[in-house]
Amino acid sequence: MRKLLLILGFVLPASVFAQQAEIVKLKQLQDHINRQTDNIKIINFWATWCAPCIKEMPLFEKIGAERKDVEVTLVSLDLDLNPKPETVYRFIDRKKIQSKVLILDEKDPNVWINQIEKGWSGAIPATIIINGKTGQRKFVEKELHEGDLEKLIAEIL
Amino acid sequence: MKMMMKTLFAALACVLFVAASPLKSGYEVGDTVADFKLKNVNGKMVSLSDYASSKGVIVIFDCNTCPYSKAYNDRILELNKNFASKGFPVVAIQPNDPAISPGDSFDEMVKLAEKKKYDFPYLFDETQSVAKTFGATNTPHVFLLKNNGGKFSVAYIGAIDDAPRDASGVSKKYVEEAIDAILGSKEVPSTKTKAIGCTIKWKNA
Repeated sequence: MRKLLLILGFVLPASVFAQQAEIVKLKQLQDHINRQTDNIKIINFWATWCAPCIKEMPLFEKIGAERKDVEVTLVSLDLDLNPKPETVYRFIDRKKIQSKVLILDEKDPNVWINQIEKGWSGAIPATIIINGKTGQRKFVEKELHEGDLEKLIAEIL
Repeated sequence: MKMMMKTLFAALACVLFVAASPLKSGYEVGDTVADFKLKNVNGKMVSLSDYASSKGVIVIFDCNTCPYSKAYNDRILELNKNFASKGFPVVAIQPNDPAISPGDSFDEMVKLAEKKKYDFPYLFDETQSVAKTFGATNTPHVFLLKNNGGKFSVAYIGAIDDAPRDASGVSKKYVEEAIDAILGSKEVPSTKTKAIGCTIKWKNA
């Protein structure tokens, strides 16, 4: 009986969650950000506790679903404060998040922030928009509103 | 005439453009800090100039609601405990607009200060002008000030330490190292670091 419960315990969570977000180190995240693609890459930094991040999230979900030329990645910084990724898994499941989610597992923000974007003060939400062909990029450190993403994309085309 | 109008318009457009482009704002390390006066949770006004006799001031833009602020709460109390007596007291400033973040209202600030037994001022930057003058972007965000014969200058900007999640995992105590350097008349090892945290909730323009 105990064995069965144990097995169920392993199997159930995996099937309950819509997607299992991958926990990554800085190097993997950088590789993901810098990967070659013909599409536009949108990298958004967020956390489950960050109210403005949650507010703007539907914009990323929408553009990712509607435009074939846009690849959205939502990078959770939750591990920075809470060692348990389950909080993020539950959030993805509850909100039925369709965009790719990565969970960054790095300790010293003063080291990794600069490696990702020099102009970033460290506040979230923050978003990078990259033209996958030219490498041209835009960085914004504020909550985005309806229409903002389209404008930012137009600036790097 | 048409030509003149065109030139005039072009000139006007330039002027408008310059006026519209945001000015570089905020203090950099080495800048002299202007005095400010804000309301403390005990109802009294506190000015930077009240600290004229201290060696410096640890100014921390902080708030009630940000999870990073919560994670650092005890460490900020600790900083004041360890460094006020060495001439570097903590002055915390709450810049969030309560209309956007109700948990950061003055009343809530009073409650938190009482609950956590703050033994340092917790000031309300209601107009957000002090946060703007400093160039604070998030909470918690430290500006370590050094007193040079009555004039304060910025000695360090950034994070409290390098491990937000866990005080026991800290390997670099940026603020403490900076103060120790100033007290020992040495160069501050890192004058600027990046502090991850919550964006300051600015008033809607």
